[in-house]
Amino acid sequence: MNFDDTPQEAEFRATARAWIAANAPKQYEEELRKSSLGRTQLKNANILDVAKAWQKKKADAGWACLHWPMEYGGRGASPIERVIWQQEEGAFGKLSHMFIIGHGMCGPTMMAFAREEHKRSYLPPLASGEKVWCQLFSEPAGGSDVAGLRTRAEKDGNDWVINGQKIWTSGAHYSDYGILLTRTDPSVPKHKGLTMFFLDMKSPGVEVRPIKQASGASDFNEVYFTNVRIPDHQRLGEVNDGWNVSLTTLMNERSAIGAGVSTGFPELFDYCSNLMLEDGPAIENRAVRSKLANWAVKASGLRYTSMRAISALSKGDRPGPENSIGKLVAGSMIQDIASYALDLQGGAGVVSGAEDAELAGRFQAMLLRAPGTRVEGGTDEIMRNIIAERVLGLPGDIRVDKDVPFNKIPTKGRG
Amino acid sequence: MNFDFSDDQKQLRDQARKFLAEKCSPKAVRVVLDGKAPYDKELWKGLAEMGFLGVAIPEEFGGAGAGHLELCVIAEEMGRTNAPVPFSSTVYLAAEALLIAGSDAQKKKWLPAIASGEAIGTLALFEGKGNPSPKNVKLTAANGVLNGVKKPVADGAIANFAVVAARTGSGGRDGDISLFLVDLKAGGVEVKSLTNLDPTRGQAEITFKDCRAEPLGPAGEGWSILTQVLDRAAVLCAFEQVGGSDRALEMGRDYALDRIAFGRQIGSFQAVKHMLADMYVSATLARSNSYYGAWALSTNAGELPEAAAAARISATQAFQHCAKNNIQVHGGMGFTWEFDCHMYYRRANAMALGLGSLSYWEDQLIDRMRKKNAA
Repeated sequence: MNFDDTPQEAEFRATARAWIAANAPKQYEEELRKSSLGRTQLKNANILDVAKAWQKKKADAGWACLHWPMEYGGRGASPIERVIWQQEEGAFGKLSHMFIIGHGMCGPTMMAFAREEHKRSYLPPLASGEKVWCQLFSEPAGGSDVAGLRTRAEKDGNDWVINGQKIWTSGAHYSDYGILLTRTDPSVPKHKGLTMFFLDMKSPGVEVRPIKQASGASDFNEVYFTNVRIPDHQRLGEVNDGWNVSLTTLMNERSAIGAGVSTGFPELFDYCSNLMLEDGPAIENRAVRSKLANWAVKASGLRYTSMRAISALSKGDRPGPENSIGKLVAGSMIQDIASYALDLQGGAGVVSGAEDAELAGRFQAMLLRAPGTRVEGGTDEIMRNIIAERVLGLPGDIRVDKDVPFNKIPTKGRG
Repeated sequence: MNFDFSDDQKQLRDQARKFLAEKCSPKAVRVVLDGKAPYDKELWKGLAEMGFLGVAIPEEFGGAGAGHLELCVIAEEMGRTNAPVPFSSTVYLAAEALLIAGSDAQKKKWLPAIASGEAIGTLALFEGKGNPSPKNVKLTAANGVLNGVKKPVADGAIANFAVVAARTGSGGRDGDISLFLVDLKAGGVEVKSLTNLDPTRGQAEITFKDCRAEPLGPAGEGWSILTQVLDRAAVLCAFEQVGGSDRALEMGRDYALDRIAFGRQIGSFQAVKHMLADMYVSATLARSNSYYGAWALSTNAGELPEAAAAARISATQAFQHCAKNNIQVHGGMGFTWEFDCHMYYRRANAMALGLGSLSYWEDQLIDRMRKKNAA
């Protein structure tokens, strides 16, 4: 057990640190440092432009998508080097959040299933942030039950024709490409008739409508497909084997989301360290301390759990379902922490505007964004099922639609 | 960076697991639980022969000199099996106090005896209600003579010697406390066994009446030594708690797979599955925090105080959570004497108090985090 850098790791860290010091957009550092879940935006600049510029700079110098192979725009770095980079990149790493879906899920899926010439032409601009990707899986009828999706793909010559609707698509409004899961055979049980594609989001017939969330922000979209044509060479995997393809994406999604999860704890500890209550500093209040300690050990437990996972990865083990705990724990934690921070503000906690609220409404924004983190990438309940079934070996949920052709499955709860 | 035990350490863990599976079955634990023996002497002897009692004691004092990471993996296995032996009081508390503060002569006298299983040691700190604090130490020491009552003292009734916290100054400050080493078989000591939550590890009241004692470490530095001892023991106990959490989770999982109700394995009901998933989550967080504690302990890193408190809280919560929900999964059967669930429930709740309560460690953790942030 050893937390010190090896000589090679130390050298990598020094090189990364020097490069970041010389190249990062420092004018935004303070603002980025103070941003947290629900409030990552810049006052005087478009964050997407700033993020793209930083990503491009990194890519040109060989610091983009560290774990990807070189030929696709990555660096072929080890998992530990990736962690070192994240530690050194610090607050600037928040700029990569816009690319998480593309880098964490679409890229790996393309790498596993796309043709070689597609990988070589599409992956490098994805790595460099010049092209942004989204993931078109969820539908109004299929959120947690992803395989219940209804968007149809029908073969027409060398093309597929797509009709249907997706929902909860992060970043679709600024995405250039997407990976799309469709139904190609409704006459077989639901997992067996799916096929995966990638497509140009500017294709005729694609319409993106932003969804206004509970927080008032619009990070997600509905996407409508009307006779959208996708050439067959953009199919990922075999026809009707889309479920297996999507499992690759979902496994990557959980480890991508689970790795650097925010918990809200550093923000709360910082807040309580400086906050004065009626009877003295918050941090000296017994009840506050007890709450903080309980969250502190969850936050550190998650941090060291992911370090254990990275150690396993660097020995050649594959990321397993146990990584689901990052998302599961952090999701409800950030919600509870935001709510507690407002409790400490008393009556004033209700004010959420960035101009008037305590700490520029940081915890208010966190509170309103938090419900989404407990749902996206799989609800808490799905995460618990994954742990119970795949880690502990408990029986799967009873699925009454398992062997039923998709077009015979009832679609409404009542009458 | 490598955040895992080495292959050799994992091999040692397998060896300890195999040994304990054979020598420390639930049936063997029940002999002590039912009050038929104060502890499992055969097991204690076996642990000495395996070299487990002295694994972190240097070779010059009769130990194996392997180190604290090795002790951590053994501790986990002790916790898994609820071993009814005075391991934590002797190895984590008494031996660590000697290693930190003992004179050469004291080390030579007691450490080889610990490693060979001849001597059982303990720490006499508590005096009734309250958490570790200089203010709560009333027992006095004057000219090497102790007077006062310690209660509860873990394994006090079977211990050969104790490290005793005594007041040598008049205030409630750290500097008013000193540590002493007492041979409990000598005069001036009266021992009474106490009924306690976990009969597999006894508790006693020890009365010192004009009892001669030798100082352990410099006068007035007792509290600072004690803090170090408690931090080190917190990490080691955390591994026992992690082992116990894992075992309780396994028991619950196995029962959920075996037991049929409403025509289905109860483990197929989401309410049960999710309860077990949550047990897995807390056990995993505890394990990860404990690994960090193990690293800090084994390298004597500056992070140890904070890491020890985090491991302590996380492991205490996990063991309590897993032990109580294991009973819940078992339903009515889990509540019977006949099933083993209550052994883990008892151990979890007793261990939660042994080094100071959860709220005490919460307080410690926040103090230590603040100190680190201020530095």
